[in-house]
Amino acid sequence: MSEIQSAYNYKVVRQFTVMSVIWGIVGMLVGVIIAAQLVWPELNIGFLHFGRLRPLHTNAVIFAFGGCALMGSSFYVVQRTCHTRLFCDKLASFVFWGWQVVILLAAITLPLGMTSGKEYAELEWPIDILIAVVWVAYAVVFFGTIWKRTVTHIYVANWFYGGFILAVALLHIVNSAAIPVSLTKSYSAYAGVQDAMIQWWYGHNAVGFFLTAGFLGMMYYFVPKQADRPIYSYRLSVVHFWALIFTYMWAGPHHLHYTALPDWTQSVGMIFSLILLAPSWGGMINGIMTLSGAWHKLRDDPVLKFLITSLSFYGMSTFEGPMMSIKTVNALSHYTDWTIGHVHSGALGWVAMVSIGTIYYLLPRLFGKPEMHSVKLITVHFWVSTVGIVLYIASMWIAGVMQGMMWREVNADGTLAYSFVESVKVSYPFWGIRLMGGVLFLTGMLIMAYNMFKTMAGGLTEDAPVLLPAGHHA
Amino acid sequence: MDINELRSIVTVVSFATFLGIVWWAYGVRKNRQRFEEAAQLPFADIEAEMAERGLASRNEQRKTS
Repeated sequence: MSEIQSAYNYKVVRQFTVMSVIWGIVGMLVGVIIAAQLVWPELNIGFLHFGRLRPLHTNAVIFAFGGCALMGSSFYVVQRTCHTRLFCDKLASFVFWGWQVVILLAAITLPLGMTSGKEYAELEWPIDILIAVVWVAYAVVFFGTIWKRTVTHIYVANWFYGGFILAVALLHIVNSAAIPVSLTKSYSAYAGVQDAMIQWWYGHNAVGFFLTAGFLGMMYYFVPKQADRPIYSYRLSVVHFWALIFTYMWAGPHHLHYTALPDWTQSVGMIFSLILLAPSWGGMINGIMTLSGAWHKLRDDPVLKFLITSLSFYGMSTFEGPMMSIKTVNALSHYTDWTIGHVHSGALGWVAMVSIGTIYYLLPRLFGKPEMHSVKLITVHFWVSTVGIVLYIASMWIAGVMQGMMWREVNADGTLAYSFVESVKVSYPFWGIRLMGGVLFLTGMLIMAYNMFKTMAGGLTEDAPVLLPAGHHA
Repeated sequence: MDINELRSIVTVVSFATFLGIVWWAYGVRKNRQRFEEAAQLPFADIEAEMAERGLASRNEQRKTS
């Protein structure tokens, strides 16, 4: 650990950051295509139908777009807050290329119908093994860097990133346990309701640790940096971290309300989901209040607009989530488009917006520029995507509640008042509005890509020097 | 020992640990300073910040490091 390096390793951060934008466009384009397929069923051509493309969309946006943003930003933050170069350049490079191979394999196998059938864990066993290997390498690079830090404290953002890395390793390895019957087919190692419970223990913690803890790590570094003031309460961030760790693991059963899962397990899941409201809002308040006394910065800084709006959507969806986990509410909302609306208020509003803000922060710094090629285009991107999200989630709320009400409506003699297809028919206009929202969000990403390539053009790719913090006694 | 007793113990111990963390964060007076120090960590590298935005000569920065 005694190596003396004079510069940070920005190469791997650059690679991940640029690929995050590219994969974001690919994943969201597939999302727009499947949204169009719901409006115009004749667009389901050959094997490229909704059933094959939907897992491709979720995997691309979560693991390719979100994953690259998380890995790139975590490598940046851990170096900068530990004041040391990344541990083992070769391994960091392996993490990048390994992850890209995983994404390409997903893009090939999912449309061909090779799937284990587990939501958000569809990839077949050889790819699962590759993911596990890459993930362990990622953990070694990240924790190796923390190990060789030149400062005493481990900044809170690194706690969140670290928690995300460890938890995702655990979730992935347990849930992907399977018995292979051929190179492209395997069956889950678990059976019956245990299999369902392990799947949703994985599924909800993928939300809790991949889509929450990791992005909170981003929030705890980039919000203070962009606002140029320290986090509102560091003590609150410590309690926020441990409260999330202690409660998230138990919330999974709310995905299995009114199923064969024992009733008490469903109730435990519901109660822990309700408790989760407290740490979630604690974190949101901590992020937003960082701007306390400097709200004017929000007026003319579009990067800060992205970051703070993302926290507002985080607060909204972490209020909506616990409400939807209440059994009686879930009886209405489950299996309807309300769920899709909820997921996208979190995915587009929180995850994508905090990542976009982070990427706009990183890009000029990674290419030696004082700012992005066009700050105005960031503002345009912000408004286009915000309108897109509002159209998306509002249409899904209306469609979802309507579907839920129609499905439970019964006649005086106890028969169903509506057939399923009648609920499909009245959903059409809302699926059209959702498609418009998705197109707007994708347009924003294309604007971002243009801005990114303009910023990269003629930029430096030299890395910033490693400097000990002021007043530090080595 | 019955496994369910063990489960109850783990739950109670987890909750007590969490309360301990809350006390450690808010109750221990001497921790206040270390938290304030930690909160300043992202701001402790002005020179690298300048260098990465191309606002100062990189080579000059190198020499001082």
